[in-house]
Amino acid sequence: MAFTFAAFCYMLSLVLCAALIFFAIWHIIAFDELRTDFKSPIDQCNPVHARERLRNIERICFLLRKLVLPEYSIHSLFCIMFLCAQEWLTLGLNVPLLFYHFWRYFHCPADSSELAYDPPVVMNADTLSYCQKEAWCKLAFYLLSFFYYLYWLRFRLGTRPVSSLHPSAQPGVW
Amino acid sequence: MSAPAGSPHPAASARIPPKLGGAAASGAAAPAGPGPGPHQQNGPAQNQMQVPSGYGLYPQNYVAPSGHYSQGPGKMTSLPLDSQSGDYYPGLYTVPTQNVVTPNTASQQPGAQQMYGRVPPAPHVVGSALGSFQGAMSSASHLQTSASQPYSSFVNHYNSPAMYSVNSSVASQGLPSTCGHYALSAVSNASYPGVPYPSLPAGDPYRQQMLTSQSALTVRPIRESSLSGQNTAVSHPSPLPPPPSQQYQQQQSLSGYSTFSWSAPGLPSTQDNLIRNHTSQVAANNNPTNTVADSLSRSVMQNVQPPKSSPVVSTVLSGASSTRPPPAAPRPAEPAASVAQPPELSQQKGVDSSSTTSSASPMPNSYDALEGGSYPDMLSSSASSPAPEPAPEPDPAPAPAPAVPQPSKLAKPFGYGYPALQPGYQNATTPLNSGVPPSSPGYSGFQQYAQQYPGMNQLSSSLGGLSLQSSSQPESLRPVNLTQERNILPMTPVWAPVPNLNSDLRKLNCSPDSFRCTLTNIPQTQALLNKAKLPLGLLLHPFRDLTQLPVITSNTIVRCRSCRTYINPFVSFIDQRRWKCNLCYRINDVPEEFMYNPITRSYGEPHKRPEVQNSTVEFIASSDYMLRPPQPAVYLFVLDVSHNAVEAGYLTVLCQSLLENLDKLPGDSRTRIGFMTFDSTIHFYNLQEGLSQPQMLIVSDIDDVFLPTPDSLLVNLHESKELIKDLLNALPNMFTNTRETHSALGPALQAAFKLMSPTGGRVSVFQTQLPSLGAGLLQSREDPNQRSSTKVVQHLGPATDFYKKLALDCSGQQTAVDLFLLSSQYSDLASLACISRYSAGCIYYYPSFHYMHNPSQAEKLQKDLKRYLTRKIGFEAVMRIRCTKGLSMHTFHGNFFVRSTDLLSLANINPDAGFAVQLSIEESLTDTSLVCFQTALLYTSSKGERRIRVHTLCLPVVSSLADVYAGVDVQAAICLLANMAVDRSISSSLSDARDALVNAVVDSLSAYGSTVSNLQHSALIAPSSLKLFPLYVLALLKQKAFRTGTSTRLDDRVYAMCQIKCQPLVHLMKMIHPNLYRIDRLTDEGAIHVNDRVVPQPPLQKLSAEKLTREGAFLMDCGSAFYIWIGKSCDNNFIEDVLGYPNFASIPQKMTHLPELDTLSSERARSFITWLRDNRPLSPVLHVVKDESPAKTEFFQHLIEDRTEAAFSYYEFLLHVQQQICK
Repeated sequence: MAFTFAAFCYMLSLVLCAALIFFAIWHIIAFDELRTDFKSPIDQCNPVHARERLRNIERICFLLRKLVLPEYSIHSLFCIMFLCAQEWLTLGLNVPLLFYHFWRYFHCPADSSELAYDPPVVMNADTLSYCQKEAWCKLAFYLLSFFYYLYWLRFRLGTRPVSSLHPSAQPGVW
Repeated sequence: MSAPAGSPHPAASARIPPKLGGAAASGAAAPAGPGPGPHQQNGPAQNQMQVPSGYGLYPQNYVAPSGHYSQGPGKMTSLPLDSQSGDYYPGLYTVPTQNVVTPNTASQQPGAQQMYGRVPPAPHVVGSALGSFQGAMSSASHLQTSASQPYSSFVNHYNSPAMYSVNSSVASQGLPSTCGHYALSAVSNASYPGVPYPSLPAGDPYRQQMLTSQSALTVRPIRESSLSGQNTAVSHPSPLPPPPSQQYQQQQSLSGYSTFSWSAPGLPSTQDNLIRNHTSQVAANNNPTNTVADSLSRSVMQNVQPPKSSPVVSTVLSGASSTRPPPAAPRPAEPAASVAQPPELSQQKGVDSSSTTSSASPMPNSYDALEGGSYPDMLSSSASSPAPEPAPEPDPAPAPAPAVPQPSKLAKPFGYGYPALQPGYQNATTPLNSGVPPSSPGYSGFQQYAQQYPGMNQLSSSLGGLSLQSSSQPESLRPVNLTQERNILPMTPVWAPVPNLNSDLRKLNCSPDSFRCTLTNIPQTQALLNKAKLPLGLLLHPFRDLTQLPVITSNTIVRCRSCRTYINPFVSFIDQRRWKCNLCYRINDVPEEFMYNPITRSYGEPHKRPEVQNSTVEFIASSDYMLRPPQPAVYLFVLDVSHNAVEAGYLTVLCQSLLENLDKLPGDSRTRIGFMTFDSTIHFYNLQEGLSQPQMLIVSDIDDVFLPTPDSLLVNLHESKELIKDLLNALPNMFTNTRETHSALGPALQAAFKLMSPTGGRVSVFQTQLPSLGAGLLQSREDPNQRSSTKVVQHLGPATDFYKKLALDCSGQQTAVDLFLLSSQYSDLASLACISRYSAGCIYYYPSFHYMHNPSQAEKLQKDLKRYLTRKIGFEAVMRIRCTKGLSMHTFHGNFFVRSTDLLSLANINPDAGFAVQLSIEESLTDTSLVCFQTALLYTSSKGERRIRVHTLCLPVVSSLADVYAGVDVQAAICLLANMAVDRSISSSLSDARDALVNAVVDSLSAYGSTVSNLQHSALIAPSSLKLFPLYVLALLKQKAFRTGTSTRLDDRVYAMCQIKCQPLVHLMKMIHPNLYRIDRLTDEGAIHVNDRVVPQPPLQKLSAEKLTREGAFLMDCGSAFYIWIGKSCDNNFIEDVLGYPNFASIPQKMTHLPELDTLSSERARSFITWLRDNRPLSPVLHVVKDESPAKTEFFQHLIEDRTEAAFSYYEFLLHVQQQICK
């Protein structure tokens, strides 16, 4: 109806969600880059190329590491905001991912926490494919939630989407 | 990170959640009492009653007293061959094909081969052996006689250690005087190490100081002239010689050969011996005239590639390299020239040259002998059989032939074969051997074979799977009731199963020593694999020392255009001009050059090319494969000289070893070497040629390390040899009074990295304590009270990623770091090991090293160093593993960095490195009956050549679960599981890994149980192929890496894990499951002959105190250590004859050598032990353990079938597994 806190939350999450989508896409590209070495096999075997490639891998892993925290914190910010706005349904949808993020972040094999996206580990084919799947799933999730937030934003702002006229589409909060 | 990833390959890893409340950890199921308590409530109780009492009841320190146990050994003595080696489908394989040689038997030689080891008699042996081959010999026979001549002459020539010998002798003359001089100067300079650092505040003044610390001598620019005077005689053009130059080179070498007398100045006798043995082989293989011998050797020893490789042909074909397609007239002289190359020039050169003559002649890999494989024993043994690839189990026909010369020694027919069967190869040839003498020089046999071959090749796919169905009950599927079977362990070593291929493919298949798969029958779909609950993966030993390796020089290396697979024996030729890739099924053209076959010198027979006749070949890569010129061999030694290190005294051992092996370091005229030492500061040594003495430069700014004089720290080995020797002589005494206790390992490594960056190479780091200064400093993380904890073992992962990052940097600069940790205290190997793991180095660990107090460790270090310094080495290597479409590789194990998903980056490759790969089946393999795996290792040899070593393995695809079980290679599976368990322990926890191991057994056995219809539910049934699986898993659970409840130092545990990761299968199996032999009654029964020595072959005993009798003496071979346990009432004759002491009481507590006594039993024992020692990357130390001495716990902890306070006995473990299955 009006510009409530909930509406603000949705608006903010909409923006941030776009950022997350961007992150996810970037992840997918990065993992693809890690997986395939775009060089002919002979070039790949070249010691000179080895250096470039290794630098490339390290650079990508470094960026991946850099992105871990922002992504997780943005997502936790959503959750906190929705908690404050008492948007239980939305919160409920986001909590599993939140827990997953917590688990990912704190479950670190080594003693130092820097080792997420560790080049030697990430380059293992199964880890890599796992990460890539994870990135695709996240992309799908963020995309869906983007439209979900959009819907709720309009809803909260009072401009009712047509579909929400149907009584079954109306959440209990309203 | 990897934990979540576990799901993709369920089959490979057992279930994570412990099925039974953590059997290992909680011990809930573990019997509390000494008896087999836990099983009372389940059915198996009955079984247990039936089982003879011996099973699980022996506590650790049980001293097998009663007589009835002794029956064991007695019983074992005469077991027929077939029983232990469960033939795989007996009907099919007339020859005991099953007897694949286990890796550990690699060095074993059947008596038959012994002839090769002994040079002088060789010719006549050849002759007699020849007799047995009647066919096609005629042409050969005249050759044979002439062959004998070259033999002897070669021997002389080859004795020379190296071409440098001449020079070195000169050098050594000069040495004393210089030494004296140096000693003086050292005194005067004695202060110099001390000068800088006391007076240095922190960082500023050091620049001047270090420059001035030694009266500034003129620094000469490094002389780059790679071909100095030394090499004149046999200079090897370092870059790949173009064809013309090759010829030149050959001539050159020839002349060099003839003119030089290759007298070995100071060669140790053993070396001598080795070389001689080796040479005999070299001669045999290289020498054109020796074709007979060669072919013989092949047929007898390595029945593998008889026809194709018959060098016979190659002998004649000189420069027939593909560059000149039309058959050139053979120039007999050329091959001779190639033969004549001085061994020194080495292996590579020898190989190279010969290869140039005939673009592909199988030749002995002379490398191992000289360049790399410095194992004396290994050499000798390898000389006697063409390969560490175990000699084939000769079928009756060929075997006797070799035996002829020494009939008296071969007591039983049983004896010849068993130790050294070469599975894949052997059976392949056997038919041929018996029928047509395949390798005989005559062309008749060869062509016959060759003609049939292409057809076979095409048929192969259809035949591949056929044989499996033809036998109703293959031996490997025979159900075994594990709880009933008392003696599960065969009396002879376990060999790798032979893939169930048709004989032609089998014969062509890769040796199991280089390449093994956990399932020799590949399941058709992932679903089937999941059902079998067995891990699928490959075990690789790609750079193994080979004595025979076809080396191919050709302008174009034929590869599939789409997947870049190298052409291999398993491709099919559609017609003359096209071949179909066996990995991606693309149809490729045969290049014009490939149409010419240098072996037969005929045109239009691409399928007879050596690439297509050998599954292990080496290509000399063309310049396409290098952007920068191949790097020289560069060695840098980084030595800890802190107080702790000086106290331990390793410097003496190291410098001594280096001095001895300086000339044997693999390399060419460009070889460079450098030294750094460090404590709290970093010391560089300027060894630039022209200095009167080594110059020490000290950098004390460890926060920002720089190189004082970047040009002169790595110097040419040959130009600065005097200075290097001076330095090595002085080093041990330079730091004797040091009070510096800190160790700045991190900065030293950074400096080493900077120093090596421009070239790449090998850094050898010696460290004796926890790094305590600068970057990468570590804290002690071990809590000694937790050593025997049964719960959580922490700190298995690195504490910092400094070492990992540095390792990656090193890997990018083609530098490998080898770590020698000689520490008596906790040194956080888990963190330090990263430096080697990711840079493809290797790790050596000598706990509580002290040159005085622990002489056995010192001796071990010395022997390991000898091997380490002289073994072959490959630089800037990459390894790529390809497999048939539908399969994919997902996890690699070993020391390397994965650069893209199937490309391993290996800064260095050494012959002792093993790798493992896990596989998954992505697409169903229904449309194919064969799958192939190809490993290609591209490296720069120490002679500066780019080479590609290619191994190809071919395996059948099966669609039924029973067939999958029939083809399990239990040793490979256990090694792969061990690797996976290490990953699991680090990424998750140790108890998780242990549970996963137990679950692997439970799952696979229960999956098998559900396939067997007539299952008695009370019994624990396993297929014969898997019968050792529970035993090995139990052994793993009691291995240092995974055990709990027994006090294990963290470093020991981590080291065991490192070993599991990077040891090749042969050596790993000994670590996991040691071999126990009774040695007080060695007989010649079944003995084999290796180099003139009779090596007795006592039966294997199971690892239980039950087998130890007080009257006996037992030898345990744990891979890295030997224990001889002497029973209390051991026969005094034995003690006196073998140990040299009058009775039991007089044997000292610490005894690490067997005296050389002139008695028969001593001789037998020693030859047996020497034989076991052969071919080990880590030289085992011998410990004589008296019963009742405190050291016996060491020995008893390896008796894995017995119960300990913390772990199951074997029988209890079986019951536990059974319980789990029934759940």
